Amino acid sequence: MSTAITVRVPRDSAALAVGADAVAATLQAECARRGLALNLVRNGSRGLFWLEPLVEVSTSAGRVAYGPVTPEDVPGLLDAGLLQGAPHALGHGPTEQIPYLAKQERLCFARMGLTDPLSLADYEAHEGWAGLRRALAMPDAAVVDEVLQSGLRGRGGAAFPTGIKWKTVMNTPSAQKYIVCNADEGDSGTYSDRMTMEGDPYMLIEGMTIAALAVGATRGYVYVRSEYPHAIATLNDAIARAEAAGFLGSDVLGSGRAFHLQVRKAAGAYVCGEETALLESLEGKRGIVRAKPPLPAIEGLFGQPTVINNVISFASVPLILARGAAHYRDYGVGRSMGTLPIQLAGNVKRGGLVEKAFGVTLRELLYDFGGGTASGRPIKAVQVGGPLGTYVPESKWDVPLDYEAYAAFGGVVGHGGIVVHDDTADMAKLARYAMEFCAIESCGKCTPCRIGSTRGVEVIDRITANVNRPAQVKLLRDLCDTMLAGSLCAMGGMTPYPVLSALDHYPEDFGLATPDRAAA
Amino acid sequence: MSTSLAAVRAVLARRADEPGALLPILHEVQDQLGCIPADAVPEIAGALNLSRAEVHGVITYYHHFRGEPAGRHVIQVCRAEACQALGAEALLTHAERRLVCRSHASSSDGRYTLEPVFCLGLCASSPAIVIDERLHARISPAAFDRLIGALENEDAEEAAR
Ligand SMILES: Cc1cc2nc3c(=O)[nH]c(=O)nc-3n(C[C@H](O)[C@H](O)[C@H](O)COP(=O)(O)O)c2cc1C
Ligand code: SF4
Ligand code: FES
Repeated sequence: MSTAITVRVPRDSAALAVGADAVAATLQAECARRGLALNLVRNGSRGLFWLEPLVEVSTSAGRVAYGPVTPEDVPGLLDAGLLQGAPHALGHGPTEQIPYLAKQERLCFARMGLTDPLSLADYEAHEGWAGLRRALAMPDAAVVDEVLQSGLRGRGGAAFPTGIKWKTVMNTPSAQKYIVCNADEGDSGTYSDRMTMEGDPYMLIEGMTIAALAVGATRGYVYVRSEYPHAIATLNDAIARAEAAGFLGSDVLGSGRAFHLQVRKAAGAYVCGEETALLESLEGKRGIVRAKPPLPAIEGLFGQPTVINNVISFASVPLILARGAAHYRDYGVGRSMGTLPIQLAGNVKRGGLVEKAFGVTLRELLYDFGGGTASGRPIKAVQVGGPLGTYVPESKWDVPLDYEAYAAFGGVVGHGGIVVHDDTADMAKLARYAMEFCAIESCGKCTPCRIGSTRGVEVIDRITANVNRPAQVKLLRDLCDTMLAGSLCAMGGMTPYPVLSALDHYPEDFGLATPDRAAA
Repeated sequence: MSTSLAAVRAVLARRADEPGALLPILHEVQDQLGCIPADAVPEIAGALNLSRAEVHGVITYYHHFRGEPAGRHVIQVCRAEACQALGAEALLTHAERRLVCRSHASSSDGRYTLEPVFCLGLCASSPAIVIDERLHARISPAAFDRLIGALENEDAEEAAR
């Protein structure tokens, strides 16, 4: 037999969902039948989801990509010389030169798809643990300062400076402190947390470990949504391997310091992504939002000082420590520093993960990366920042993606999800859906959110049925004002964002006169 | 003692001392028994020093937990925005008709349970569904019918064996 050729077929959920396992099995069977030596690796996904299953072959000139590959394509691909990286109708040439990938600035996702997610050797060979090793050689306060200086802000939605949070926990004395990772990723149109846990889990483990050592915490939890069984399995496996190799456990890398990490499975409540509801849930209670103060940094899990951060926030830390704060801070614009793993979703031709420095525009993302809609029809509406995010009108598509620039026009960057709709979308229906979602997912603590959202559904129904329309539109706006002002958390407080932006920018879908576009 | 109560007690014996043990316990019980039966509630409450009302409150608060067993096959259809943008609503309506099953319910023959869900993290390959824990993306109504057809064939073969 010839020397085995390495072929990669991703194990990411989104690849599995379009048949990656069957492709891998067929490749193995067909190569065996032909007497070809194959070294099949199940890597993470590059995040080019319209090409999944994306098969990569290692050649002397680097990796060569083919996709989307079905099991039926495999014999023909092998005939054409797949194992030599030969041209084929499904071929895309060297993976790294695919423009979608080449144009990105991958810091957090630099390893994504390159490595076998569970291989400690792969991780180590690609800058893994360098941040942790450097952190262990620094005073704790200097580690926290490095994160502060990097300008990293929470990637879960609220964009609060991560270093300040850590500093508060570091400076709050307690016998027991906790690190909690928010992996509830409930926003429609987002999957960067899932990709990280499935495709580069040691990065998250390393980030959480750095946090633990810096603030003096010895226990950590990753709260993962139950809709992510593959992420949970991969993370559990990775934690066991990291522990066996001494990166976690009672003596982290021989430092004499302990960090014990555990995965906890959520149970399908969107509001448990809100940090205090999440803590309640971890404590074994109903996930009801707590009033703040006290801040979780002072009284968090089981009443103890707790760092709670999003997956991408923690995952950004190893590189910040490995290369220094300045390296990270040099990306981005204004007070939005570093990069954001942006997720293109919905009706988009080339949906996938795009990591770019802040400052990229929606138009670049929608067209240069996304290639317009999957349906080939005009884009009508784009929701940025999850189900509580604004429908961003075309007049704002050239605004740089930047927390402050978005806030200035009433938009939110949130967790970086972008959901595209074509011109068949009915914005009154989407507004109704936003209210309905809030009614279903409200934790029930405050009246404007619990009752207001149900009223909101009814009012929108009356508007679309043209029952006393002008009065009902006024009622809807009043209701939104009440929710904005009278809600304890962003569930009730931001549901008006999609509702009002739909109403303001697409009044014709509510049966109202079309605004003068030129004047708008 | 019923076998299911024995299973509940075994889970409790292993996990009751963990901090914040209730959710992990409920998950394990449901994974083993397919639901959290009513007679498990007092057992769990007793072991964790909680009232029955507290345990019941937690079970009913979370969408994931069920008090009754599901149908033989659980079909989840994502109905969140990214999937809506590529026809999730029509897909859900189609699923209801094809499975003869309403959303959030089981078919009268107990074969299917149909659950609309909010996002499976497959939003760049929508619409997405789950059939008995297996993910499927880019699902048209025709693709849905093929998957369900294959499932029915498997069931028929198993019944014939
Ligand atoms: C209704 C609601 C849902 C949320 N869901 C999530 C979520 O799924 N993941 C997340 O990281 N943050 C979520 N957040 C934000 C968290 O409350 C919190 O800001 C975050 O965990 C802090 O971490 P970060 O500073 O690293 O972003 C949500 C907030 C609200 C109000
Ligand atoms: S706004 Fe809604 S979800 Fe948030 S605390 Fe109030 S009731 Fe709960
Ligand atoms: S919106 Fe359907 S998978 Fe995310």
